[in-house]
Amino acid sequence: MTTELQAESGPRGAAESAHVPTIDPGPHSTSSPATRALGIAVLAGFAMLAYLGLAGTPEDRVQGELVRLLYVHPQSATVAYLGCFLATTGSVMYLWKRSLWWDLVAHSTAEIGAVFTAFALLTGMLWGRPSWGTYWVWDARLTSTAMLMLLLLGYLALRKLPGDPDVRARQSAIVGLLLVPNVILVRQSVTWWRTLHQAPTLSLPGAEIEGLLLFTMMFGFAVFSGLFLWLTIHRFRVAWLVRQVDELAVNEAITARIAEGTSR
Amino acid sequence: MFRDATLVAAKDLRIEWRSRVGINQIAPFALLILVLFAFALGPDGGLLSKATPGLYWVAVLLCGLLAVQRSFAVEASDGATDALRLSGIEPSALFLGKTAAVLVQILALDLVLLLGVTILYGTTFTGWVLVAGTVLSASVGIAAAGTLYGVLAAGLRVRETLLPLLLLPVLAPVLIGSTRAFEAALAGTTSEGWLWFGLLSVFALMYIAAGAALFGPLLEEA
Repeated sequence: MTTELQAESGPRGAAESAHVPTIDPGPHSTSSPATRALGIAVLAGFAMLAYLGLAGTPEDRVQGELVRLLYVHPQSATVAYLGCFLATTGSVMYLWKRSLWWDLVAHSTAEIGAVFTAFALLTGMLWGRPSWGTYWVWDARLTSTAMLMLLLLGYLALRKLPGDPDVRARQSAIVGLLLVPNVILVRQSVTWWRTLHQAPTLSLPGAEIEGLLLFTMMFGFAVFSGLFLWLTIHRFRVAWLVRQVDELAVNEAITARIAEGTSR
Repeated sequence: MFRDATLVAAKDLRIEWRSRVGINQIAPFALLILVLFAFALGPDGGLLSKATPGLYWVAVLLCGLLAVQRSFAVEASDGATDALRLSGIEPSALFLGKTAAVLVQILALDLVLLLGVTILYGTTFTGWVLVAGTVLSASVGIAAAGTLYGVLAAGLRVRETLLPLLLLPVLAPVLIGSTRAFEAALAGTTSEGWLWFGLLSVFALMYIAAGAALFGPLLEEA
C-alpha cells in the first residue's frame, strides 16, 4: 500500500525508487534557490508598489486617496479567481491522473486563493465605507465574491478532516471539480438578482486611467501574481512534506512491529 | 437503469412511510420555521405576506437539508451502504433513485409550506403555472445537489455540521432564482419569472448530470 502510494505520488523520479520504503526524493525543505530569488523579487516588487502606490502616483480628482486601493484590490481579486480556477483544474487532473501532485496543487491553490479572496473582500470594504458610506452593499460582484469565499471555506473544511488521505483527496477533488461551475452559477444568479430589480449597481466613476496610474496597476498585477506563485509553491511544499512525514511515521511503526516479531 | 432507480426510490419511500419521520418530525419542523419567522418579523400580516417568497424558500432549504440527511442516515446502519454497492445496481441509478425519493419528500414539504404560508401569512398566490414550475424545478435542484453532497458527507463523522456548509452556498442560486420567480408570480410579471425558471432548470440538470457521473466514486468512500 505504502509503496504503491509512493509510486503513484512521486513528482519526479519516485517511480524508480518505489520499492524502497523511504522518503521520496521530492523537495525536502520549503525553499529552493529559485523560490528564494522569486521571494526577493516579490519583496522588492512590493516595496516598489508601495512607493508608487502611496507616493509616486497623485491622488485622484474624484476619489482622492481612495484611488490607491486600486493598486491592490483588483489585483488580489484577480489572483483569488485564478486560485479558484487552478483548484478546479487540479481537482479535474487529480480525478484523471490520480497523482498526489495534482491533489496538492488543488489544495494549495484553494488555500492561497481563499487568503486572497479574504484580502479582496477586506480591501473592498475599506473602499466601500468612505465612498459608498457603508462597508457592505449587496452588489453583484461583492455578493458573488463572498459566496466564493464560503465555497472555498467549505472545500477547505472538507480537506482538513482527518482520515485516509486518498479517500479525502477523492472527495475533495469532487467538491473542487464543482467549484468553478458553482461560482459561475452563483455569479449569474446574483448578477440577475441585482440587475433585474434595480438600475446597474455602483461602479467606479468613469475615470480614464492612464500613464503612471495604469503602470502602477499593471505592476500590481505582476507583483500579486508573483506573491501568489511564491505562496502556492511554499504551501505545496509544506503539504508535500506533511504527507512525507505521515508516511515516514507509518513506515517506522511497521519496521518497529517487524523488529518486535523477529526478536521474539 | 430507470427500473433500478424506481426500486431504490420505492425502498427509500417505503422506509420513510413506515418510520413516519417525515410526517412526524420534518413537516412539523417546517411549520415551526414559519411560526419562528412570524415571531422574528412581528405579527404584521402585510410584512409577512410581502416577505413570503424568501421565507418560504428558506424554510424549504432547511427542511430539504433534513430530508437529505435523513436519506443517508437510513443507509448508515447495518452495513446498508455496502449492501447497496453489492446489489449490482448502477451508481447512477442509485443516485437517481435516492434523488427521486428525496424529491418526493421535498415536494410534499413544499405543499405543506404552501398551505402554511397561505393560512399563516395570508399570502394569496397568483400565476399558478409559474408557481408549480418553480416548485418543481427548484425541488429537483435541491434534491439532486443534496443527494450528491449528502453521499459525500455520509461517511464522515462530522456530517451534520459539514453538509450545511458544503450544500447551502451551492444552493444559493436556487434560493435566489426560486424566490425571484415567486415574487414575479405574486406580482403578476410572469415573463420575468420564467427567466428564473430557466436558471433553476439549468441548475437542476447540471446537478443531475454531475450526480449521475460522480455518485459511484463517492459511494465507495461512504
